[in-house]
Amino acid sequence: MSALLEIRGIHKRFGGLHALNDVSLSINAGEIYGLIGPNGAGKTTLFNVLTGLYQPDEGAFTFNGKDLFRKKPYVVVESGIARTFQNIRLFANMTALENVMVGQHVRTRTGVIGAVLRHPKARAEEAGIKVRAQELLDYVGIGRRHDELARNLSYGDQRRLEIARALATKPTLLALDEPAAGMNPSETEGLKKLMEKVRADGVTILLIEHDVKLMMGLCDRIAVLDYGKKIAEGVPEAVKNDPRVIEAYLGVAPQ
Amino acid sequence: MNFAFMKTRHGKAITYAVLAVILALLPWMLTGGFENGKSWVRAVDFALLYIMLALGLNIVVGYAGLLDLGYIAFYAVGAYVYALLNSPHLAAILPAWLIGPNFIVMLVVAAVFAGMFGVMLGTPVLKLRGDYLAIVTLGFGEIIRIFLNNLDRPVNITNGPQGINNIDKVHFLDIDFGRPMEWLGLTFDMVHLYYYLILAFCIFIIFVTLRLQHSRIGRAWVALREDEIAANAMGINIRNVKLLAFAMGASFGGVSGALFASFQGFVSPESFVLMESIMVLCMVVLGGMGHIPGVILGAIIVSITPEILRDVINPLQEGIFGRRVVDPENLRMLIFGLAMIIIMLLRPEGLWPSKRRAREFHEHDEEAQA
Amino acid sequence: MVDIFIQQLLNGLIVGSIYALIALGYTMVYGIMQLINFAHGEIVMIGAMVTITCINVLLDAGVQLPGPLLLLAGLAMAIPVSMLLGFTIERVAYRPLRRAPRLAPLITAIGVSIVLQQAAMLIWGRNYRPFPSILPTEVHDFFGAAITDLQIAIIILAFVLMGGLFFLIEKTRLGRAMRATSQNPDVAGLMGVNINTVISMTFVIGSALGAVAGVMVAANYDQAHAYMGFMIGLKAFTAAVLGGIGNLWGAVIGGILLGIIESLGAGYLGDLTGGFLGSHYKDIFAFVVLIAVLIFRPSGLMGERVAERA
Repeated sequence: MSALLEIRGIHKRFGGLHALNDVSLSINAGEIYGLIGPNGAGKTTLFNVLTGLYQPDEGAFTFNGKDLFRKKPYVVVESGIARTFQNIRLFANMTALENVMVGQHVRTRTGVIGAVLRHPKARAEEAGIKVRAQELLDYVGIGRRHDELARNLSYGDQRRLEIARALATKPTLLALDEPAAGMNPSETEGLKKLMEKVRADGVTILLIEHDVKLMMGLCDRIAVLDYGKKIAEGVPEAVKNDPRVIEAYLGVAPQ
Repeated sequence: MNFAFMKTRHGKAITYAVLAVILALLPWMLTGGFENGKSWVRAVDFALLYIMLALGLNIVVGYAGLLDLGYIAFYAVGAYVYALLNSPHLAAILPAWLIGPNFIVMLVVAAVFAGMFGVMLGTPVLKLRGDYLAIVTLGFGEIIRIFLNNLDRPVNITNGPQGINNIDKVHFLDIDFGRPMEWLGLTFDMVHLYYYLILAFCIFIIFVTLRLQHSRIGRAWVALREDEIAANAMGINIRNVKLLAFAMGASFGGVSGALFASFQGFVSPESFVLMESIMVLCMVVLGGMGHIPGVILGAIIVSITPEILRDVINPLQEGIFGRRVVDPENLRMLIFGLAMIIIMLLRPEGLWPSKRRAREFHEHDEEAQA
Repeated sequence: MVDIFIQQLLNGLIVGSIYALIALGYTMVYGIMQLINFAHGEIVMIGAMVTITCINVLLDAGVQLPGPLLLLAGLAMAIPVSMLLGFTIERVAYRPLRRAPRLAPLITAIGVSIVLQQAAMLIWGRNYRPFPSILPTEVHDFFGAAITDLQIAIIILAFVLMGGLFFLIEKTRLGRAMRATSQNPDVAGLMGVNINTVISMTFVIGSALGAVAGVMVAANYDQAHAYMGFMIGLKAFTAAVLGGIGNLWGAVIGGILLGIIESLGAGYLGDLTGGFLGSHYKDIFAFVVLIAVLIFRPSGLMGERVAERA
């Protein structure tokens, strides 16, 4: 297996806070890669760096053989990385369908002239956007709620919609920031199935999650961040028994 | 009222046909029905210009969610570009081929020029948060006005506070819009001719706005308004989309300004004060941000009110007090200032919101009651 | 040449200390609720107008008092009026929208500003109101530059008021509550701070300073006008941004700096541009400074750099 995403020695500082300290990791195509760590360990910061929302201070970052170090978010998305947010950021006053249509922005081309003239090419593209948006809603299981405003969807459906919107950008790597947060066990189970389906369809997944049980059952490999540093990486079983990980979570070294 | 009928195919066609007939006959109904009908047609002409302005600002404020308080500057740019190229003021200095260009070319130039100013304003303010943006755009509007006021020396470009006079009327399709014309036994005065001219452009701008709204671009604008960070993370090029909103909005303002200059025959910095920007904003807010019919309604209300106030308040005051106590202009601004406060407090979706916005706010109320 | 320079510097300091007083009003409100109170300039204007009216009424009634006392009587009327106005504006136009989208309070703020402006015009008319000539006009020599008693008084009073404000913020219970609220209103609320009271007090104090500043402007330029609040408010806001909005010291330093930049700039602009731009471009300085600061250092001179939150 070849590395799809490769980051080397990433540093990110906020004033005196060293949020990411020499973090390196590589994710292989087709795997589900988990990222865990205590609150404030730098997981979301790493996500923001990966997706171009934050500019890292140092390091190297290649994706699919392409250099993405300090690139703008739209370049990152165009290269095939899409994300969701820990505290759901949908376009609240747009419908579910429209949210997913916006997600296709980066894969479509119609500009002002096309929009005004509505020539056959623009018409075809617009129709395609709509059809695909509906397909994606069906795919994540909320197809019937396409006309509902995003803000009126249930919590679990909002999470699903966010995933559909991210998938609309046709990503090779889907980065999910705590998708199961606040879900009940049956919703979590459904989410797990969805992620497996996404992976089976050829999308690599990077996952931040607190639900350790979910992570153990789902991830191929897991990395652990603590105070901005990567302290462990490996298959779930090994990570679970790593003394440094136990110390980071429990605050004491195991006897 | 039941609008269901209008939703059917026939219903729609009939509605449009009725609307078209009304719009075509409106100036004649006004001149036939009122003693001072011509001044009413004139007021309607101005209302149409304001509709264009409001639709332009609506792109920036209503769709993209960027509060622009200096919007009138683009109207000024369009008006001055038209004025300078279609008046004797600079005729001696500029090369002859530049003076009095073809009307359509002229409007394109005005739109492009204003659009460029839009980008010029947009570029430095891209990263600013909403409230800073408001202040900077306000400052930009004032800078433009101060320059118009003072660029009469050392080289006289704008003719300072006096402004530019003797601007040519539109000549287009062998029609001189400045002279009365006989057709079908009717005498088309200047206000009538301009009515149809401005109406045509107004409809064009409505068409463009509608098409943009339901397109990839329009969705990107709304996404930007809803959540800039999420829009960014979806791969929308925030910079380009914002600049496009500024440029589109500005170019509508430019077209409207050029028509204004030719219609009025003179321009001066006084027409482009901050209060004008705020009036246009008021039209958008009052009618319903982001909803085209609402914005049009807002523009009509705000621009026609002073005429009504003048015809009602002045005689009323003279009748009661025997003299004028309150200046109708003051009263108008007072009313609209209050209207902006009240609308934002009680009905932020505006007088005529889109169905969805209305639903959204309604649901909000239900939540609040629950 | 040298005395002209000193004169410009002095003028800048006078105007700048007035800007600083107004800028404090903007910056306090912004610090606590991240809102630009567009109507603040209008409160300044109302302060000036009420004072002038009050002095004129006293003069018409034949009250024989020395000029400074008359002025104090005017202020004694204007300050409570402005405070009440500030309090009311916050209650009516901003408080209901505290959790609304950001665009909403901005638009009401503009609405309030227009209402006050037009109301002032209905009450006081469209023309300039001269400031009654009740103050001594003796001119002193200051290193070759001229300064009047009034201008000396403006500078001293401005600094006394700023000192008082700093004392209030740093040393009193209310000040502590204000600082806590500006850090995090929700937590301050949990800690037992009454946020509504704190916000109301912020508006009230800012408005009082604004009223005094308005009188200073009117006295210094010998006139007041219903539209004066717009320009002075915009400049003071620029001063607040220049210093770093939300930062009290920043407002003071930004105000004085802007006053001096404007004064020197207007004095030398003609020479600098070879006569192309004259002193009638004075008013664009504030805008140019504002835009430059926002582009190159949005956090201002004294502001901390705040990381953008994703």
